[in-house]
Amino acid sequence: MIKQIAVFLENREGRVSECCKALKDAGVNLCSMSIADSKEFGILRIHTDNNELAHVTLKKAGFLSTMVDLVAIEVPDTPGALADILIQLCDGGVNIDYMYSFANASGHAQIGFKTETPEKAIVILEKLGVKMI
Amino acid sequence: MQYFQKELETMSADQKKVLQSERLVKMVKYVYENQKPYRAKMDAIKLKPDDIKSIDDIYKLPYTVKQDLRDAYPFGMMARSKKDLVRLHASSATTGKLTVAGYTMNDIDVWGECAARSLVMAGADEDSIIHVAYGYGLFTGGLGMHYGGEKLGACVVPASAGNTQKQIQLITDFGADIICCTPSYIIYLAEEFEKMGLKPGVDLKLKGGVFGAEAWSENMRADIEKRLGIRACDIYGLSEIAGPGVACDCEYKTGMHFQDDHFYPEIVDVDTLEQLPIGESGELVITTLTKEGMPLLRYRTRDIASLNADPCPCGRTTIKLNKITGRSDDMLIIRGVNVFPSQIESVLLKNHNIEPHYHINVDRVNNLDTMEIVVELSPHISIDQVEDVEAIRKKLTSEMASALSVSAKITLVSPGTVERSEGKAKRITDRRKL
Ligand SMILES: [Zn+2]
Repeated sequence: MIKQIAVFLENREGRVSECCKALKDAGVNLCSMSIADSKEFGILRIHTDNNELAHVTLKKAGFLSTMVDLVAIEVPDTPGALADILIQLCDGGVNIDYMYSFANASGHAQIGFKTETPEKAIVILEKLGVKMI
Repeated sequence: MQYFQKELETMSADQKKVLQSERLVKMVKYVYENQKPYRAKMDAIKLKPDDIKSIDDIYKLPYTVKQDLRDAYPFGMMARSKKDLVRLHASSATTGKLTVAGYTMNDIDVWGECAARSLVMAGADEDSIIHVAYGYGLFTGGLGMHYGGEKLGACVVPASAGNTQKQIQLITDFGADIICCTPSYIIYLAEEFEKMGLKPGVDLKLKGGVFGAEAWSENMRADIEKRLGIRACDIYGLSEIAGPGVACDCEYKTGMHFQDDHFYPEIVDVDTLEQLPIGESGELVITTLTKEGMPLLRYRTRDIASLNADPCPCGRTTIKLNKITGRSDDMLIIRGVNVFPSQIESVLLKNHNIEPHYHINVDRVNNLDTMEIVVELSPHISIDQVEDVEAIRKKLTSEMASALSVSAKITLVSPGTVERSEGKAKRITDRRKL
């Protein structure tokens, strides 16, 4: 399991860079970033090298920041590997709210996903022998 | 048809003054005997009904404000029992409480006569088909013009508000010659007529209309008259006094003829509350001269306007009310509905997902009023999905709609981003160009 930070951003020019600047000034490094957006606002999801500090920094800077647990896995570098894992999770009754991939230094694809039932997911992933982060 | 009640509408100034004086003297005795709040107000300033000998003594009477009506909610201000009351109207007030007005059968008759006088000013007669597209209900617009049309002996189509395609079908098929609705709605209808290729004078028989319940400008009037080839009359009313018909424009548009045999207008200085001379701008204050159900003495309308006593070529001799230029409080009128920022505040305070900081943006898009309420999300909530935010917005939108009786677009922003200000006025940006 890893921590992720979700930040509410209204669709206003410069809002994303304001957020990034606050993190940079605090010396936090971004590891990954993904945005889910609607017409009027977005939810920026980030994973950093110091999530606690990032969360506090953003809150202080006036952002609505929420710390969320993600199940994170390393996906084997074989065709259809991710599909197989997702099918197993689905069959095991694990609903995935959203997922995205991380930057990886190892050469392997890394995926994080949010679910209401992480324990269930972990049991299934362990059974499959998937490497968790 | 030139007048609905010629004698009353064209009486000389001397006759008018005698009539107003007689009625005021009677009214003051009546309220002292029948309305406890007025007896208390008059006793407090040691004013006896006998001290009021003519209309010139009106300045001695105590004022009535909206708060007095709220304090008396629901029936404390009524001068008659339920046996005599035949109708209750209500409008929204601050803090979400309603302001109630009770009417006796005679009150409904008088109101109908005033509305009928107004319809005649717009060009109606006994042969008219009058299309009423004001909402029917607690709001006085629909029923007020309805009874006025019937009083006149015309044929009334109680279309009420909404469903524009049906409205257009009724207007064209029935050949309405007079229409009653808000000024923004008539412009919307004019656009729809144009889109459908319906031509004034050919497919449409409209020749006049009374438009009220929201502020509008001379430019809008010119636009309506040109596009539809009709006489567009501004009509004034408020549910506490009587709905539409308290004052209305005639064809010469020299100011709205104020039905001052039933309702006596004064303009007072907002700060000193001193009566101002005719022509000066200030708060409109109205005293009912003939009302039975809920008479009001010197009711402060919060509308800013001026009066004029210039003779009108139409022959009517009433005093006239110039266009309303603003409000002395922070009430907004959105699509004919009164909206108070305090109503918005009370909804925000009850919802824990958001902070009670807000900004209201009002605009007019395609001639319809729009209201956006910008609200801050609470810093204490957890959000990591778009759906979370949408759910908060949906809930707040419906809470707001049921509290305000008019829809508002809710825009959620980050905590701390709405400008903090002391004055209430700064919370509102009204971009409507009137
Ligand atoms: Zn006139």
